[in-house]
Amino acid sequence: MSFDITLILDSLPKMLSGIGLTFQLLILSGVLGLLLAFVLLLMRLTEKWYFSVPAQVFIYVFRGTPILVQIFIIYYGLPQFEAIRESIFWPILREPFGCAILALTLNTGAYVSEILRGAVLAVDRGLLEAGSALGLSRNQRFIYITSPLAIRLGIPPYSNDVISLLKSTALASTITIFDMMGIARTIVAETYAPYEIFISLAIIYMIFTFFIQKGFGYFENFMSRHVKK
Amino acid sequence: MTQPLIQMQNVDKFFGSFQALKNINLEVHKGERIVVCGPSGSGKSTMIRCINRLEKHNSGKILIGGRELTDSEKDIDAVRREVGMVFQSFNLFPHMTVLRNLMLAPQLVRKNNKSKAKEIAMKYLERVKIPDQANKYPSQLSGGQQQRVAIARALCMSPEILLFDEPTSALDPEMINEVLEVMEDLANEGMTMICVTHEMGFARSVADRVIFMDLGEIVEEASPQEFFENPKNERTKLFLSQILSH
Repeated sequence: MSFDITLILDSLPKMLSGIGLTFQLLILSGVLGLLLAFVLLLMRLTEKWYFSVPAQVFIYVFRGTPILVQIFIIYYGLPQFEAIRESIFWPILREPFGCAILALTLNTGAYVSEILRGAVLAVDRGLLEAGSALGLSRNQRFIYITSPLAIRLGIPPYSNDVISLLKSTALASTITIFDMMGIARTIVAETYAPYEIFISLAIIYMIFTFFIQKGFGYFENFMSRHVKK
Repeated sequence: MTQPLIQMQNVDKFFGSFQALKNINLEVHKGERIVVCGPSGSGKSTMIRCINRLEKHNSGKILIGGRELTDSEKDIDAVRREVGMVFQSFNLFPHMTVLRNLMLAPQLVRKNNKSKAKEIAMKYLERVKIPDQANKYPSQLSGGQQQRVAIARALCMSPEILLFDEPTSALDPEMINEVLEVMEDLANEGMTMICVTHEMGFARSVADRVIFMDLGEIVEEASPQEFFENPKNERTKLFLSQILSH
């Protein structure tokens, strides 16, 4: 097998031109997903069934189905409904980009809310008792004790999810989005050189993953500054 | 006689089908120092945890300063403001410096401003003799220092009552005395205290009354002198022989 270096050098800038779109997908759905996860978390932490049950069902559905299926349902399925086409969301859902953001947000939100819940439950109960004994209200305990400690506990699994989300953005290429993966697929279709192109693309994703890992590593150290060194 | 600060009347507490407290009746007056002892699993901790409602009793009545503990959040909060607690495992907030551990409740609960809260915090840190550790994190302190910080943290709320739940049980032997000294100082200053502890020397020198619990019941209640020299109940005698024999 021959490995065409010049082809790689020619294609790299083209693929990298999709980097902006990849990042938009990652950051927008990452931020929106985190907000959604937080709402789901609060819903699950209440003792009211009419909040916690819908959140559980939502999480089950979005963790229980492939993200590609979710993307297809949203992109191909939703426009069939008149109500959707006439809703205020149509300008967003009409575009493949909006559909991709929606699918990625819902998916990552479901996963991240479980990460947050695990972190919240892992906070030492004794500390919350100490907070209660001092007269802190439930909300004050959550804000001043649970949250900072849960954030620290949640960083490693959360960074895992962000990395996973970065790679999931590649699935947006299946609904005509020209992110790095979309561009790579076009180049492969033109050149019939899947190895060169996809291996270079894989390396690009790995480089980004490296930086994400590093970033979360620093954040984790910062949040652990109270731990004895 | 004035109204007792703490009144427990026929209090029962169940964990599932296990009865942790059986018909507990207890009165504690202002300034009294009570030591509670008994074998592990006898309900000592559960009893004092009911006093600030870290555990919810199933039947009977608990009144703190005349206010009955019910499901009312308002009453519970009001009681907790007046009842401080020191835990076996210190339970200092690990992500806050010593100073912030002490300032948190005075700021949030008592609504003191920052400088006032800091003043209060430093006052009590000096009282437990570690003002120089104010800007350290709890993990940088020894166990004895951490427990003293925890005592100072409870004192910052100027509680009417202090509950101690085995405050020295998690400490290395050489650190027990520094904590007991702080507790003795408090006792001498007239703080109303209930201490669950196995430190019999402390009980002897400080307590007004010693309460012995076994199997969820108060088995014996006596002055320290009576309790150690002339225990009435067989279970008390057995317990004392076990802990005092070596």
